[in-house]
Amino acid sequence: MKVPLSWLREYVDLPAVTAHEVADRLTAAGLKLEAITSHGHEIKNVVVGRVLEIEELTGFKKPIRHCKVEVGEAAPREIVCGATNFSVGAVVPVALPGAVLPGGFEIGSRKTYGRMSDGMICSEAELGVAESSPGILLLPDDTPIGADVVELLGLRDDVLELEITPDRGYALSIRGVAREAAIAFGVPFRDPAQIELPAADGESWPASIGDPTACDRFVLRAVSGFDPSVESPLWMRVRLARAGMRSVSLAVDVTNYVMLELGQPLHAFDRARLTGEIVVRRARPGESLETLDHVVRRLHEDDILITDASGALSIAGTMGGLHSEISDDSTEIVIEAAHFSATGIARNSRRHNLVSEASKRFERGVDRELPLAASWRAVRLLVELGGATAEPGVTHAEVEPAPVRVTIPAGYPGRVAGLPYSRETVIRRLEQIGCVVTEGSAGQAVAVTGGVAATGVVSSSGGMAGKLAIPGDDLITVTPPSWRPDLSDPNDLAEEVIRLEGYEHLPSVLPVAPAGAGLTEEQRLRRRVGRALAMSGYVEVLSYPFMGGRDLDNLLLAEDDPRRRVTRLVNPLSEDEPFMRTTLLPGLLKTLVRNVGRGFSDVALFETGLVYRPEPDAPATAPVLAVDRRPSAEELAEVERALPRQPYRVAVVLTGEFERSGWWGEGRRASWADAIEAARAVAREAGTELEARSDRHEPWHPGRCAELSITDPDTGERVVVGHAGELHPRVVEAYGLPPRTAAMELELSLLRPAGPVQAPAVSTYPVATQDVALIVPAETPVAEVAAALTEGAGELLESVRLFDVYEGPQAGEGNKSLAYALRFRAADRTLTAEETTAARDAAVALAADRTGARLRGA
Amino acid sequence: MSNTYDPVEVTPLHADEVARAQADALAAIAAAKDLDELKQARLAHAGDRSPIALANREIGALPPAARAEAGKRIGTARRAVAEALTARQAELEAERDARVLIEETVDVTLPWDRRSRGARHPLTTLQEHIADAFIAMGYEMAEGPELEGEWFNFDALNIAPDHPARSEHDTFFVESTESGKVLRTQTSPVQVRALLSRPLPVYVISPGKTFRTDELDATHTPVFHQVEGLAVDKGLTMAHLKGTLDRFAEVMFGPGIHTRFRPNYFPFTEPSAEMDLRCFVCRGSSALPGNPLCRTCKGEGWIEWGGCGMVNPRVLVACGVDPSVYSGFAFGMGIERTLMFRHNAEDMRDMVEGDVRFTQPFGMEV
Repeated sequence: MKVPLSWLREYVDLPAVTAHEVADRLTAAGLKLEAITSHGHEIKNVVVGRVLEIEELTGFKKPIRHCKVEVGEAAPREIVCGATNFSVGAVVPVALPGAVLPGGFEIGSRKTYGRMSDGMICSEAELGVAESSPGILLLPDDTPIGADVVELLGLRDDVLELEITPDRGYALSIRGVAREAAIAFGVPFRDPAQIELPAADGESWPASIGDPTACDRFVLRAVSGFDPSVESPLWMRVRLARAGMRSVSLAVDVTNYVMLELGQPLHAFDRARLTGEIVVRRARPGESLETLDHVVRRLHEDDILITDASGALSIAGTMGGLHSEISDDSTEIVIEAAHFSATGIARNSRRHNLVSEASKRFERGVDRELPLAASWRAVRLLVELGGATAEPGVTHAEVEPAPVRVTIPAGYPGRVAGLPYSRETVIRRLEQIGCVVTEGSAGQAVAVTGGVAATGVVSSSGGMAGKLAIPGDDLITVTPPSWRPDLSDPNDLAEEVIRLEGYEHLPSVLPVAPAGAGLTEEQRLRRRVGRALAMSGYVEVLSYPFMGGRDLDNLLLAEDDPRRRVTRLVNPLSEDEPFMRTTLLPGLLKTLVRNVGRGFSDVALFETGLVYRPEPDAPATAPVLAVDRRPSAEELAEVERALPRQPYRVAVVLTGEFERSGWWGEGRRASWADAIEAARAVAREAGTELEARSDRHEPWHPGRCAELSITDPDTGERVVVGHAGELHPRVVEAYGLPPRTAAMELELSLLRPAGPVQAPAVSTYPVATQDVALIVPAETPVAEVAAALTEGAGELLESVRLFDVYEGPQAGEGNKSLAYALRFRAADRTLTAEETTAARDAAVALAADRTGARLRGA
Repeated sequence: MSNTYDPVEVTPLHADEVARAQADALAAIAAAKDLDELKQARLAHAGDRSPIALANREIGALPPAARAEAGKRIGTARRAVAEALTARQAELEAERDARVLIEETVDVTLPWDRRSRGARHPLTTLQEHIADAFIAMGYEMAEGPELEGEWFNFDALNIAPDHPARSEHDTFFVESTESGKVLRTQTSPVQVRALLSRPLPVYVISPGKTFRTDELDATHTPVFHQVEGLAVDKGLTMAHLKGTLDRFAEVMFGPGIHTRFRPNYFPFTEPSAEMDLRCFVCRGSSALPGNPLCRTCKGEGWIEWGGCGMVNPRVLVACGVDPSVYSGFAFGMGIERTLMFRHNAEDMRDMVEGDVRFTQPFGMEV
């Protein structure tokens, strides 16, 4: 809402303070300052002049005039001007030499088109009151010559741009802001809506409310003999421009002006285009309307319409129809001022994707008591400015709504604030905003002051009011004013008192919460995983969780791959990525490519986060539950069932050197093994061991992919938790990744943290070490050999470590040699050589049995 | 001990013989130029076959009367040799050490960046830091899904379907606008989940990802992070809310931070407030007339940090909590904004692009 300070000062006697001070007070009251724009402060030395002579100069590409202009000095000034919309005798603004115009544009005496020009005759644009203007600004004939134009036209002004929250519809008007300013400065407020209304004399046009849920007040007034050729006066155009509205024509400008001033949206019909009774009703099946923007709109059966015998005239409170709209030659005008259902207009606006100044106000709640006054104010302006005659009648249809009353203990605002307010303070503040406050509860209320009740189609709390009721002593009953439909609950009233008393006076008290249990084991695990990966050299990224069909193809996923079962967004950021991710890899791979593109060839990244996995049999919609009670467990379960599963995953991608080359020698390139080790590092944080098996799983290289699994501690079943390895060369190519890029992804949600670590008994007896070299067929997985050695060695084995793998002539064709270091130790004695050898032999024997291994050299 | 005495065989025990052996030994020790030569000298003059050792072995062959004197003489000689050995050993070791230290000197300025440095994203660690601050106050960390039921994200939070606030949320709709499912536009649905699942009183903190259909630019990102706080207990007031946020601001920005509470509107809190921070760049000076405009606060002197308020009793009702018995407060702060203020991060795009240069300096914690 843009509020010219001069307009505000018409209705509130603000002290002599700066625009900043006004803005500060309003901000503290909840109308937050967005910006202050100053106008006209830099303009000086522009005066009123009268054109005495005009000489048309010839020989130039465009018409040029040399004028003599009287400016209240001893002699007239000679001024060259390129405009032609004035004649001798015209009263015009003249910038004298030394004048400064908006933008710091300085005027001097200079020779132009062969003549001296001793100043400039100004247009509206040059004075900063219009974006553009076709010619010179013509002032009324009786304007005093030589007068200061800035003073005369009120060009000097500051405009406060305020952010109005959705609950404060009343503040989308000068009237509403003036009321807040008056309270903030403790000065009187003159209500521009308090105007004398003429006695009604019949209807101005037949009208009725067809649907009482759509509209509860409908007022029409009419004028005739309006002169459509009359332009809006400058003061009105200036105010409209500064409030952010374009001047269109006098009739339209008047409706906008009254809307800005009072907050009541108005609509002007050309009476000649109306046929029969106007009815406010919902749309009928198949109805359509061509709106002002030349769009033919199919109407929805819930649309609130203004109609006549010919059909729809306008979409109520949203946009007018083209046919009945006033035009350049309308002389008979019907002004509509109505009070519509806020939610009804919100739906109109949303369905047709039309947000207008009117719909914005109706959605946020308009004062139901305004239509009679606002329509009369508009009629008077049309009469005064447009030469029209007011028709005597007024049409007034209404539906009486239930009044809103809220009972609270007088001490309640203080209880909410944590700062006691006196009973008098509470009542005074509520009355300041226009409430009627009575003693006792609603049933026994006795009025202490008079006023107009807030009523409307906006709020009907029903059983909710009882659930929100605050018990207590010293009850007061508050009837909110008609312009505050937002005040319906005890806490609404508490906020009004607290904000007017000042949020800055609230004390700051730290509450004492009961002792908490700290982070859960799962929450701690996530942190450990992040740290462990970062410690291993990975940098965390947080990519957007969106992906596209192209990612699914790039990852080589088969048609029936469950990762292709995706959740689609209705309005994605980009049509290329309309899905929620089912895997973390696309985001990570694109981030990797970005880093490589920026000149980093050695990159290791990780990400943790949710993936979105819709269940094939999930219901399509989640129910929207009631809000007047706690939903049942079954209702809540229905919502959960409709949501996709959202497990927490962790993934890494890496390329280039994982250990760098340097003066110490060659580094080590990132490989499939690092990716698997990253998974193991994650599992270690969860206190569990991963089992790796060779697997074929997209998007990994079929020969370099590990399926990672754990054994469920309860069921003993193997649970696949993820995959790791080198990416498939085609995936590498599709994403433009460096060759041999490796990746790992696993579902952290599946790694259930084990119980507390069991402390090992540490033996201080000496260790006995035995090395064995085993020959096995080359394709034998070493994990199987190690498992057999471990099992065969028995309980004396402390550790087994593979320290060399050899494939070559000495191992034999198609074989490999595995060198293991076995360490033996007993808890209670020094092992003898015989014991150690026996254990080693048992280990080798089992490995031979399981995998066909034989001792090298044997 | 021997009972036979052989005068010929005890020649080595003569005083001058012993003295010569001692002199030879001391000379050899002094002549040893390094530890190896000293080892040779030790073998020759103090070893088992050295003259003094052999002489010592002969003592038993002396008549008892002569033994004491001879023993004394040889003992003195042995001590002298041992002392000389120890002293020379220390000298030579010191010499060797000094030489070796110099020979083994390395260039300690050589880089050792063999392993690339990992780091956690500052948005992650900042969320943890915030959670820790509240856990220290007794809060617990609550969670909820990112793809959320519309009822949780809007209706239960008193944002009715036609409420103007709903259209201001720039919601990502899932599958269809009628599916009842959205990407959560705020972390506030966690309030509802916490109240439905936890026994009262409830004190929870919930950082997480949120979504709105903004275009990515220096100060907006469609996927961003918030931290939600919720306390519902008997007798909680706005003063408690203010106290909690003042403490939070202090933890984040240090004890010198200035805060401001100003009225605002959120459907799920009533009364509602905005918590502003004194602009950390101009310190509020740009709001005074005549001072240059501050780009950070746009001349307001204050920066919006987040919204807060007393939990709207309608939200309590929707969660089955009796508002005549319980009251509560809630707040939601932007993590990206907090990171910008706290670490002078000027461009939100850096937080989402994943450039390792942005993240690495933040290390493990912020």
